[in-house]
Amino acid sequence: MSDIVEKTLTALPGLFLQHQAAGGSGVSRVSVSSRLGSLIRSITALTSKHEEEKLIQQELASLKATVSAPGTTLRLMKECMVRLIYCEMLGYESSFGYIHAIKLAQQGNLLEKRVGYLAVSLFLHENHELLLLLVNTVVKDLQSTNLVEVCMALTIVSQIFPREMIPAVLPLIEDKLQHSKTSELTYDVLDESLRRAELSHNITYAILFECVHTIYTIYPKPELLEKAARCIGKFVLSPKINLKYLGLKALTYVIQQDPNLALQHQMTIIECLDHPDPIIKRETLELLYRITNAQNVSVIVQKMLEYLQQSKEEYIIISLVGKIAELAEKYAPDNEWFIQTMNAVFSVGGDVMHPDIPNNFLRLLAEGFDDENEDKQLRLYAVQSYLSLLEIENALYPQRFLQVMSWVLGEYSYLLDKGTPEIVITKLYRLLVNKSTTSETKAWIMGAVTKLMPQAPSSKTVEKLIQEFSVSLDTCMRQHAFELKHLQEKVELMKNLLPIDKSCEDLVVDASLSFLDGFVAEGLDQGAAPYKPHHQRQEEKLSQGKVLNFEPYGLSFSSTMSSSGCTGRQSPAGISLSSDVSGNSAETGQKEINSLKLEGVKKLWGKEGYLPKKENKVGNIPELQPVAQDSTLVENVDQMMIKKDQSQALHHSEEEAEKQRLASTLFVGLGSESAVSLLGKTDTVSHKFRRKSKVSDTKNRELAIAHNINCSSFNPLSNAPYEDDDHLNNFQGKGDTGLKKCSLGSEFLESDLKSESLTELHLVENLSACSLSPPSLFEDNSMEIFHPASPILSSFANEISLTSSLLEELNEHVHSDLVELCNNEILKVSSCKIWKDDCLLLVWLVANKSSLELKSTNLEITPTENFKILEHPGFCFPIIEAESTKSIQHHVHIEKPFTEEGLSGYIKCQVEEDPYIQLDFSVTLSLLDFIRPMKICTEDFGKLWLSFANDVKQNIKVSDSQANLPFVLKTLQQKLRLHIIDIIGNEGILACRLLPSVPCLLHLRAHEGMVALWFRSSCSSLPDYLLYQCQKVMEES
Amino acid sequence: MIKFFLMVNKQGQTRLSRYYEHVEINKRTLLEADVIKTCLSRSKEQCSFIEYKDFKLIYRQYAALFIVVGINETENEMAVYEFIHNFVEVLDMYFSRVSELDIMFNLDKVHIILDEMVLNGCIVETNKARILAPLLILDKMAES
Repeated sequence: MSDIVEKTLTALPGLFLQHQAAGGSGVSRVSVSSRLGSLIRSITALTSKHEEEKLIQQELASLKATVSAPGTTLRLMKECMVRLIYCEMLGYESSFGYIHAIKLAQQGNLLEKRVGYLAVSLFLHENHELLLLLVNTVVKDLQSTNLVEVCMALTIVSQIFPREMIPAVLPLIEDKLQHSKTSELTYDVLDESLRRAELSHNITYAILFECVHTIYTIYPKPELLEKAARCIGKFVLSPKINLKYLGLKALTYVIQQDPNLALQHQMTIIECLDHPDPIIKRETLELLYRITNAQNVSVIVQKMLEYLQQSKEEYIIISLVGKIAELAEKYAPDNEWFIQTMNAVFSVGGDVMHPDIPNNFLRLLAEGFDDENEDKQLRLYAVQSYLSLLEIENALYPQRFLQVMSWVLGEYSYLLDKGTPEIVITKLYRLLVNKSTTSETKAWIMGAVTKLMPQAPSSKTVEKLIQEFSVSLDTCMRQHAFELKHLQEKVELMKNLLPIDKSCEDLVVDASLSFLDGFVAEGLDQGAAPYKPHHQRQEEKLSQGKVLNFEPYGLSFSSTMSSSGCTGRQSPAGISLSSDVSGNSAETGQKEINSLKLEGVKKLWGKEGYLPKKENKVGNIPELQPVAQDSTLVENVDQMMIKKDQSQALHHSEEEAEKQRLASTLFVGLGSESAVSLLGKTDTVSHKFRRKSKVSDTKNRELAIAHNINCSSFNPLSNAPYEDDDHLNNFQGKGDTGLKKCSLGSEFLESDLKSESLTELHLVENLSACSLSPPSLFEDNSMEIFHPASPILSSFANEISLTSSLLEELNEHVHSDLVELCNNEILKVSSCKIWKDDCLLLVWLVANKSSLELKSTNLEITPTENFKILEHPGFCFPIIEAESTKSIQHHVHIEKPFTEEGLSGYIKCQVEEDPYIQLDFSVTLSLLDFIRPMKICTEDFGKLWLSFANDVKQNIKVSDSQANLPFVLKTLQQKLRLHIIDIIGNEGILACRLLPSVPCLLHLRAHEGMVALWFRSSCSSLPDYLLYQCQKVMEES
Repeated sequence: MIKFFLMVNKQGQTRLSRYYEHVEINKRTLLEADVIKTCLSRSKEQCSFIEYKDFKLIYRQYAALFIVVGINETENEMAVYEFIHNFVEVLDMYFSRVSELDIMFNLDKVHIILDEMVLNGCIVETNKARILAPLLILDKMAES
């Protein structure tokens, strides 16, 4: 195989000729005559990037003309696609061709189709809107009888199928999957694989590696574990570098389960630690990280810091710094070491490290441990350490490190002797006027100075600082300076506001600013416009300017965290009610977090989630020492690890002894005889600061979202049956028939309201409370839902009590009245709509009113293009006994949106030997019969909103009584079955789906007798139909 | 998971690129240039795996052509290393003695072969006959 690609570009021209001569073999060889061929040749002949660009632009222009010409054959189109792929590969965008790639996939024959699909998969990404055009083609091809087409469709589905359309193809794909149970065979397979892996071929090692990994992942079997361990030995001891690497990686996986393995291979590990290839070194550090314990932590961290100093790669720094910080927090042997290691972390990690690291460190310092004295020592040591670091002339520290320093100095300088605040303030002042300090850091420093001021009320430096920054061009700094000035004048307030060592206590603040209510009311009385939140103002401005605002929700739900961390006040919640109603004045006690950005940061790495942990603080009183990072820290290691150049001169055996010594420091505390069990590493250590892992938190949230989506696309009313049961009981309690009935308008409301999350109820409550409409939503609803049992209902109950299965169905689902469709002296046909979650169920009741048996009664539904009926549209009852009722059901699906459509049919029967009697009937189905609420969260709404291309906007005039938002929302929820997702100010967002799963979103804003409706959907006609329905219900209400 | 599959020659010219996670088109060329630079800086004695940003590169050199595969930490490096060779063997079988030129002039075919072997960033097929079967059918159809 070594001669596979021997031909190089230098020989190109000659090779073209050769190929021309040798062409014609079975497999298509280089086709010189092709346009792609000539394009490649011309590009190869070029000498500069500029020329290439010119040529490609020409090529693209000619391609553009060709693909858009009406006469272009699909065969030529295929050609063009390959050339476009080539151009994109060289980095030139050819977006004009995307739509044609989709067309080719839709229309081409096999090879053309494949190239069309290929081009689509290379050009587009998962969220590209054009992909929606491909969905139908893919669905069609998945159902094709041609295996090759099915394969193509499967390939494209796995590559770039749009996420929200997955439900459309999932059943088709699941059909094609075959499940096999091999789990019980796993042991044997693994054993067999290990046994046969004697061959010395690379892929064997790859398989072995996977086997080892699996053996240590599945339920352990001692015999296999032993074999796997021997196997790892083969890797680690191999002279081949790739295998050694793999061995280290395997060791890393298994070392937590089997620390003895690390002991077995300790000498190899030591060798790898100094390997010239950085990736080997890196993998070794990864391994050491997994075996770290309280005894070897300082040596291992030292090794990691050494590696960090050589590395320039940002990702490596981020990852290693995170690990060091984690180890330091978990296993720090003493205060001094901890602070110094963290100093190194902050210096090296600087501004690239994860923000959790400084935040956790500060939290750890602030929250402290059980031992008050111990906490003080740690804080004092940190203060002293930072002061000496700031002493160094011209030393440049990363901004994050400066922020940590200023917080600690501001908070804990009081631990120093009296008279020192002035010194600390001077140092901070010097940082403040340093040109390289960023404005964010300046805000932190100002915070620290403010906290220190009560301890040095008459500080000259503070005076100078106020004077200087009162005229600063930076508004934030100017603000700080003025605050400082005012505080300085009111010593009592200052001491209350800035108590010493209270960083963990909650400060009670009135976050809703209720004390301004009077002022606001006065303003409103004098005709001032009510306050509008920023996002709303922006949106209005945009819509006035007739500019499409593409991200209305992006603005609305932007994080409420202020990034600079210099303001303590925040909007009380994500949902901002207009300010003329401060309904939540009672909501005080917002946590003052001292401008520490502890929340809202995501954790990115760490296998078990990164938890700030701390254990076994040795009660040493740290000595005061200037912190030259390396000196004390490295001392230990230096004794054992003499620099390489020195050691080369040493005798071989001495070198060995050296390694042995290092090994003994590294692997101390490992193995079964040791007191520290690695297996129990995470359990035995008591983690003082274990918080709920951010990672798992976000994961949960994601899961919940995923669940939401799931529910919304498949079964948004999944809990409706349970809810309905409750209602059933209610009814029975009232002596009712036990059947539930509701009008078309309100059928989903009760289940909606019942199943609504508390927050949403709260939301609605809030709204109704702050609106002027007197009756609460709930009262209103219950009146509408629970109609008194009508005569029809009871007779209906009698009729259907005959068919118990139907009764069950009816109990479980909301349904309409029983409507009589046709009637004569012998027969009566009635029907009832059952609005199931996933379809509309039509129940036909055929009653024999005569005293004779009916023979071969045929009920036949006429097929129409609007509906799809799952069952056979005809049904035959061989016999219907005298004065009895039979029922049949049809599951009806909608094929395309409409407003109202009739579904007609006829019934035919025979009484004894008389001629056939035929009766025609028809039922009217409305679009609303096929609309179900879609329960998604605001975030998903935002995503979907942006992904839908079809939108319809309309302003509807409403009468004054309707003009308030709760009323409009309630109407839409009741009558159109829209799900209310969120309410923000005078705007609401709602969602529904057209069965089975075509989503439609609605954004609604009420203002001054108008309701602005804005629909978006993946279906082009659905918004229009829904808009019509909205208008209708608004007129009716 | 495989993040991308590249064929780049020593001069830094991309012969084939397939991304399994979306990358902006202008970033692709930069990435490819950087990747090939990294690969060229390695010696024969060094490991065929390189840590690169937040993923790893697995590379193999065939004459002047480098095949570089970007993977994340869940992937088996050695398996990918052998997969590269497997891919080259499939190309060799299809083109009977494959050359860089074959790859250049039959970009679509090479992509189709790769798609049979890697789906969504996962290696799904290594059997040469099965990999080539669909393509041979397509060829036959095109001929007739």
